[in-house]
Amino acid sequence: MTVETWLAAAQQDAEKRGLRELLPLLETLGRSTAALRAADEEHRRRAERDATPPSPHA
Amino acid sequence: MTPDLRRIEDVAPLVRAGAVSPVDLVRACLAQIEARPSVNAFISVLKDSALEAAATAERDIRAGRYHGPLHGIPIAIKDLVDVAGTRTTAASAVPSSESAVDAPVVRRLRNAGAIIVGKTNLHEFAFGTTSDESAFGAVRNPLDESRSAGGSSGGSAAALASGMCFGALGTDTGGSIRIPSAACGTFGLKPTIGEISCDGVVPLGVSLDHVGPMARSVGDLALLYQAMKGSASGWAVDRSERFVFGVPRSYFFDVLEAGTREAVTGASAALAAAGHEVKDVQIDHAEWTPHVYLHTVLAEAAWYHAPLLEQHASSYSPGVRVRLEMGRYVLGEDYVRAGRLREALRHAVNRALESCDALLLPALPIPAPRLGAATVLVGDRQEPVRALMLRLTQLFNVTGHPAIALPARWSPDALPRGLQLVGSFNQTPRLLEIAASAEPQICGGPGSVGGGTG
Repeated sequence: MTVETWLAAAQQDAEKRGLRELLPLLETLGRSTAALRAADEEHRRRAERDATPPSPHA
Repeated sequence: MTPDLRRIEDVAPLVRAGAVSPVDLVRACLAQIEARPSVNAFISVLKDSALEAAATAERDIRAGRYHGPLHGIPIAIKDLVDVAGTRTTAASAVPSSESAVDAPVVRRLRNAGAIIVGKTNLHEFAFGTTSDESAFGAVRNPLDESRSAGGSSGGSAAALASGMCFGALGTDTGGSIRIPSAACGTFGLKPTIGEISCDGVVPLGVSLDHVGPMARSVGDLALLYQAMKGSASGWAVDRSERFVFGVPRSYFFDVLEAGTREAVTGASAALAAAGHEVKDVQIDHAEWTPHVYLHTVLAEAAWYHAPLLEQHASSYSPGVRVRLEMGRYVLGEDYVRAGRLREALRHAVNRALESCDALLLPALPIPAPRLGAATVLVGDRQEPVRALMLRLTQLFNVTGHPAIALPARWSPDALPRGLQLVGSFNQTPRLLEIAASAEPQICGGPGSVGGGTG
């Protein structure tokens, strides 16, 4: 699920539950989730790179 | 009335010798609690049981049954921790029940002879850093009552800074021992994760929660820590040993108020002048910390509070409730991502500590903020108070490394600036030794509680 899809669904649910004050906080959480996922991706790429043996032709 | 701000280290020998009465110590603390009701440090004061325990302690000590340096010493317990015969309110209007038994950590302090004078106020359910969302009213900073005492263990720090107790118990999930210590000019220790049992403590984030001591010197922290661990009492440190301090600049100095920056500079220079080595170090990816912390604490807090929210939502403070509700929207996949990145951050802190004995950094990037302030000016930018308060402490909850907050002797105004020393994993006693060695340079020695000397 993308952050955008998650945020739309979360905000819709919060509205349905009468928690309008939650909407701006969910936007903040969405920005943080995007940053978390970017960090995880960077960490994953770094781990893959470190695990790959150097090419003998390099 | 002048508050008794002596250290346990100094008072204990007098108590043992019979020169100071535990009953008088308890009476002095009770008098100070009554003298400063506006600070609102306590939710419940255990006057009768404290005086009774003090009288017993006095008799035992006279009869030669001395239990150690905490015997007859008045302490306070954060009202997030079970004390037999009291309700653990967590500073909330959500219904709570009376505890039948002490939390193990409280039992150990009692076994060491400590006397519990009361249970301190806090940010509701420890879910905040300013102690102004409490069903019992805001805690006020005793050094400036228009300001926050920090949080969530704000009542414990305020009680120490105003002479209402000699030691206190706090909890720390993102900085809740170190933040109020920095705001009130006192000392606080977050031990290594898992070192002291959190049984009998209302959880906030089960994988982030720590219990630890708060006090008026490093030596007092050590005495309380030893008792909380159930290990032998006694504290002696070789202050001639010299250490290497690593200052992690990147991220930790990016958003920092000028007075706090000066405090780090002053401490670094004083440590170097005393023969210690101070050098810059790097903690890779420290900027990931707020995102890792947020997804971990929100999901874990939501786990504990979900059934309470179903039944008692309207009993929570609005701000606490809405943050707890936010946790119910964290996706499982993102909680796992946060867990993976925690490992990477733990390795990064371990790597930084390979080239030094302890990290030296600020505990709070700002002095105690005004009560109710949502933002604060740092340089030319308005910054959100909540994120700022957690910014420098939460990494070490994420990684579990032990950390001590201690007040710097440099301050451009009447408000204290708090610094932080971080030690190697599972090396809390060593960190206490390092902190004791650095205390004269950083804090100016005993008697520095309650603010810098300018």
